[in-house]
Amino acid sequence: MSIQPIALEMQNVSKSFGQSSFQWFKRNGAGNGVRAVDNISLQVRRGEIFGVLGPNGSGKSTFIRLVSTLLVPDTGRVTIFGHDVLREERAVQRLINRVSVEAAFFKKLSPLENLMYGARLYGLGGAEAQRKIVAILKRLALRADAINKPMEEMSRGMQQKVAIARALLTAPVLLLLDEPTTGLDPRSKREVQALVRELRDTHDATIVLTTHDMEEADALCDRIAIVNDGKIVALDTPSELKKLVTRNGHAPTLEDVFMQLTGKQLKDESDE
Amino acid sequence: MTALIYELKASYAFVERNINIVKRYWAWEIVWLFYSITNSLSVAYIAPGVGALSRAVVDSHYLVLYLIIGTIVWRYLSVIFYWLTDIIGMERWEGTIEYTLMAPIARLTHLTGHTAFAVVYSMFHTAVILSITALFFELDLSRANLIGGALVLLVGSISFIGVGIVAAILPLLFPEKGSQMTHVIISLLLLVSGVYYPVSVLPAWLQVFARYSPATYVLEGTRAALLDGAATLALWQYILPLIGMGAIAVPVGLWLFGLAERYAKRTGKLKRNG
Repeated sequence: MSIQPIALEMQNVSKSFGQSSFQWFKRNGAGNGVRAVDNISLQVRRGEIFGVLGPNGSGKSTFIRLVSTLLVPDTGRVTIFGHDVLREERAVQRLINRVSVEAAFFKKLSPLENLMYGARLYGLGGAEAQRKIVAILKRLALRADAINKPMEEMSRGMQQKVAIARALLTAPVLLLLDEPTTGLDPRSKREVQALVRELRDTHDATIVLTTHDMEEADALCDRIAIVNDGKIVALDTPSELKKLVTRNGHAPTLEDVFMQLTGKQLKDESDE
Repeated sequence: MTALIYELKASYAFVERNINIVKRYWAWEIVWLFYSITNSLSVAYIAPGVGALSRAVVDSHYLVLYLIIGTIVWRYLSVIFYWLTDIIGMERWEGTIEYTLMAPIARLTHLTGHTAFAVVYSMFHTAVILSITALFFELDLSRANLIGGALVLLVGSISFIGVGIVAAILPLLFPEKGSQMTHVIISLLLLVSGVYYPVSVLPAWLQVFARYSPATYVLEGTRAALLDGAATLALWQYILPLIGMGAIAVPVGLWLFGLAERYAKRTGKLKRNG
């Protein structure tokens, strides 16, 4: 089996927020801010589904924003297929797309209007875009009459499907899914997860998926990085990660792995 | 050439999106138009009001046209300004800002599409207001240089676009109150530019600011063309400063916008909704 090229590489990447520029504040301990990503280094190979698993506030979304050119790292380097996210921003942007936790749309516009906007931003012509949009929405089983209705009249699950359709329209080689199933009902969650599997099987895409849902990570990901307080505490395949803990009477879960490594619960009550 | 076509296609994304937004918010558009018309009429009726209050002989026709030009030109410029400053504000409101800013397009492309829509929208909006306002008054445009007036207005749009781009930085830097801050800029321009009165009535220190406002030259130029029937060649004294201001304001605006975007990406200000 040939080794796939590196799709995403992070070298000693750190990102803090709320840092003061003034030396006096730094010397006095104030203004150091919050370190959301702390010296992360990793490689994701082409065709992988790579999971970033961690609780709320562990730095998962910051991780995705650093990769998607929306944040500038304080230190370190991020490259997508060899392109530096800072120096070759446009080249990187052509290769990626992102589905965020909140389906970000113009709420009064319809799925068709929102997707046309997205398609044109990526240089697709009107006729080509319309043909692709109709095909993708049909595949996602979006009701025909919903295509022209305002997004605000759709359920969160349907909105999230449209968000995934928007990302697929531009045929990204690296797809960033930032908690795509958070807040969805079980049925919508299963539909979105099936879609991610289908993407892996039918598209030549690399997928980076952040989640705090251990079952989702276990079911979908080839490899998982467990993050806590901005640091990677473990990185391996789900089965290898589970070997890190031993349990009597039941097979270990990723929840057990996370608790053993960090001493914390992966989900707190506020997640629900 | 391929790159240019790509950017033009991408630029059209903003035109089409904004047309769709205006269509979807059609009820609000009617309300906004109604407000603008009543506002312009209220200003224009000051002219006969001055005559009635002062009991002096006032050239009411001249004063009506003077105020109508002020209100119409101001409406035109401020609509462009607000569409431009909303380039960030509306996307923060909708939550789409990150999606738009991670698209593989030049910021110039982004602003060109948005601006093209803003200018056309503002022209249409202003034309409707002017048509309805004109029904209420007997406007004598027999001496007016209409082409010259339109030329001054169009050239003036460019410098106002530059001012709008600079102001659009505020919602980028200040997610919570940046959009509101832009009102300060527009109100200062309204005060010093001679929209409803000659700049000469202002205190000397305020007149200094008027010299640096593009709206001053747009208003003086359109009034010279429409009220006094000044020949197009005579309008160069207004057009040249406007070209100069546009040539400075647009690139400076783009440069500052780029710096602000970088700052927002460094400090994580794109994420927060206002």
